[in-house]
Amino acid sequence: MKEISCKLLVIGAGPGGYVCAIRAGQLGIDTVIVEAARPGGTCLNVGCIPSKALIHAAEEFEKAMHWAGPKSPLGISVSKPAIDFGRTIGWKDGIVGRLTAGVSGLLKKAGVKSVGGWARFRDGKTVEVETETGTQVIRAEAIVIATGSASIELPDLPFGDNVISSTGALALTDVPKALAVVGGGYIGLELGTAYAKLGAKVTVVEAEDRVLPLYDAELVRPVEKRLAALGVAVMTAARAKGLSKKGDALLVETGLGEKKIVAEKVLVTVGRKPLTGGWGLEEIDLDMAGGAIRIDDHCRASMRGVYAIGDVTGEPMLAHRAMAQGEMVAEIVAGKNRAWDKRCIPAICFTDPEIVSAGLSPDEARADGREVRVAQFPFSANGRAMSRLAEDGFVRIVARADNHLVLGIQAVGQGVSELSAAFGLAIEMGATLEDVAGTIHAHPTQGEAFQEAALRALGHALHI
Amino acid sequence: MAEHTIKLPDVGEGVAEAELVEWHVKVGDPVREDDVLAAVMTDKATVEIPSPVEGEIAWLGAEIGDTVSVGSPIVRIRTTGGDDEIEEAQAQSDQTETESAGKPQTANNDLGRKQPAKKQKAKPAKDERKPVGSEDAEDAEPEHREPSTVRAAVRRPRAAGEKPLASPAVRLRARDAGIDLRRVPGSGPAGRIRHEDLDAYLRGEGEARPVEARRPDTSVEEIKVVGLRRRIAEKMALAKSRIPHITYVEEIDVTALEELRAALNAAGKSDRPKLTILPFLIQAMVVAIGEQPELNAHFDDDAGVVHRFGGVHVGIATQTDAGLVVPVVRHAEARGLRDNAAEIVRLAQAARASTASREELSGSTITITSLGAMGGVVTTPVINHPEVAIIGVNKIMVRPVWDGSVFQPRRMMNLSSSFDHRVVDGWDAARFIQRIKALLEAPAMMFIGD
Repeated sequence: MKEISCKLLVIGAGPGGYVCAIRAGQLGIDTVIVEAARPGGTCLNVGCIPSKALIHAAEEFEKAMHWAGPKSPLGISVSKPAIDFGRTIGWKDGIVGRLTAGVSGLLKKAGVKSVGGWARFRDGKTVEVETETGTQVIRAEAIVIATGSASIELPDLPFGDNVISSTGALALTDVPKALAVVGGGYIGLELGTAYAKLGAKVTVVEAEDRVLPLYDAELVRPVEKRLAALGVAVMTAARAKGLSKKGDALLVETGLGEKKIVAEKVLVTVGRKPLTGGWGLEEIDLDMAGGAIRIDDHCRASMRGVYAIGDVTGEPMLAHRAMAQGEMVAEIVAGKNRAWDKRCIPAICFTDPEIVSAGLSPDEARADGREVRVAQFPFSANGRAMSRLAEDGFVRIVARADNHLVLGIQAVGQGVSELSAAFGLAIEMGATLEDVAGTIHAHPTQGEAFQEAALRALGHALHI
Repeated sequence: MAEHTIKLPDVGEGVAEAELVEWHVKVGDPVREDDVLAAVMTDKATVEIPSPVEGEIAWLGAEIGDTVSVGSPIVRIRTTGGDDEIEEAQAQSDQTETESAGKPQTANNDLGRKQPAKKQKAKPAKDERKPVGSEDAEDAEPEHREPSTVRAAVRRPRAAGEKPLASPAVRLRARDAGIDLRRVPGSGPAGRIRHEDLDAYLRGEGEARPVEARRPDTSVEEIKVVGLRRRIAEKMALAKSRIPHITYVEEIDVTALEELRAALNAAGKSDRPKLTILPFLIQAMVVAIGEQPELNAHFDDDAGVVHRFGGVHVGIATQTDAGLVVPVVRHAEARGLRDNAAEIVRLAQAARASTASREELSGSTITITSLGAMGGVVTTPVINHPEVAIIGVNKIMVRPVWDGSVFQPRRMMNLSSSFDHRVVDGWDAARFIQRIKALLEAPAMMFIGD
């Protein structure tokens, strides 16, 4: 097969890779992107998007079940709802299909050449791709590694049969009667909550003392409360030991001895690891940082002309970070002067209620040895939240005590994921408490809690 | 209540004026008899002025750095009894008030040395005005007297380690313009860099202040050149403006001298000071001066007379905390090596402890300057006016020397010496140094008279 020569080669068409390629195409760079599966990567195919579709369906079903219950405060009554899970999955797949096709179209529109197949480095400038029609050699001046990440497998619970990863959990044909979730991080809780709402008996097994250990206890409390209300059993400080002999139960070691959790499916969500194997990393011998490719603030790997973006570069493994990196690298390759100078990468848990965190938590802010002001405004004092039956949760703001610069904003509550836009903008623009407090926030919205939190930090909240 | 006026006493023979270098008291301080009020400096000695009475300081008649004539009032002390002096003091200030009325205000800031009387009188006038002055005048006064300082800029620099704060659009613009935002001061809330700040920076208004630790310091501190520093400044200016220097540098092989010195030090008793290179140099100079007495001289250029001295009084430039002083080894020609060595040590200690007498700090006829271990390859010494020669000692270093067949490691030392070219010709200067070189390179020669 004839060799391809290009200026920029992107390996992996996930959110980082495809954004990089589109932007490079826009900038007139001769760009090739290689992807072994469908474009969109984990995010579009087996991550963010399908999980949110499933979560939404589960949420709607749970609401319907709620209205069918005896005490509906809104006065709505419905007859007992049912769910055709196959159709739910089909609907979800439809969304994924539309989006991945959209990405293909966008790449084409930007003039990017797509090559389907598994790429492997031959050297720092050359990659071989195993395509359906043979080996394609691609030579490039610059190569972007955007190979993403994969679910971490537990040695005692290898994936297969009833032990599933998040990918498997998004492709079930039926709602399992009992689901054990190993790992109480955001992926496990999002999917566990969805299946609980769809009718599964869910048990979450977490090795740490509480679920979502990466968020502070205050933020997680409303989620724990809701999990309890949904009947999700949470076992903390518990370690999964493997399946029972029959394979119908999960064995868990707790402080009180070994327990057996009957489960039709065991979902293992103990984290993700950079995908650094199988594409010839050993041929180019890049410097590593832990299990990830080490990069500088230009996303340059240790070899000249080789860049890495997204999950393969380690935490935080978030699609929007990969996208920003991809855009930046495309502009660097186009000769522009760019460097990573973002002040915050917001993170969201699509649990029930949702958690948003942008910038520094109060403890992180204090860890810099700086005096900080922290204030929170509860949704129970927000009219819009009350009218939505969404009184649980709050918005919290963290600012420097000396000049009131906003360092971090967190929120927990229904629908707060959409507030991440305001939070991110405030931090990225370098807003002070006075800036947030002095911005008119439309009434009645949950976003008013953001303004009120800033006012409260300044000592003059109006509605509390 | 009475006031006791203290006048500058006659602090030394033939001294007509002295410079006030230190106040030990301020207005309002209680003082007891014999408390030190002030220190004044004459030619090279510092004299403390004690209080003859007990009371409270009512007025100080000079500022640090002022030159005060002998007999001028410098302090008034309010005492609880007696009224003998009050009349005089009052009369003095009344007179000066009218006198200074027509003088420009800048007279107060004039540090000119030649107008002691004017400044003397301006001070009491100012004090007299205070009680009747309006509040405005009192407020305005300190401002007027403050040295001009740079007003705090609106664009504040960031504290050390703080990252520049800017919106993404500003960051992008800065990157495209190739500007490191760490160098751009921000005027927005919390020090945020706005587009306007970037504009100002591009116009060259913004100053480069990456972080507190690295920003240019635009402050200017006013340090009055007083006391010893002023004496040094005057002396140097005098020497450099009047004397056309010729500086001659020659390298000396001191390998043999260093061996001798080491042997003498090893043989010496422990209570005797270790011999440095200086007593040897003095010895060599004494011998060379014996052959060229014109170099051991003072040139009184006003009178057009050269005073050639029989005695070799070697000034040793000595660094002290206060500055450079030159204690003098008197009659080096009459002393032996050890004696000269001991005298150098004693004088250096006295100079550093500020206990050297005026006599010990003046009267040299030729001077040695040495930076000691700090060394240096070459110096251009400034002649100690009105002398005609100064010998500068540079650091001893092992250097390769060609002996005709191979390079030998030899201990080499440069002598950088300046001469008054008006009365010393280059040839004579070179001859003098060559003689010293010959003596130092064969040290036995300087102890054997022929």
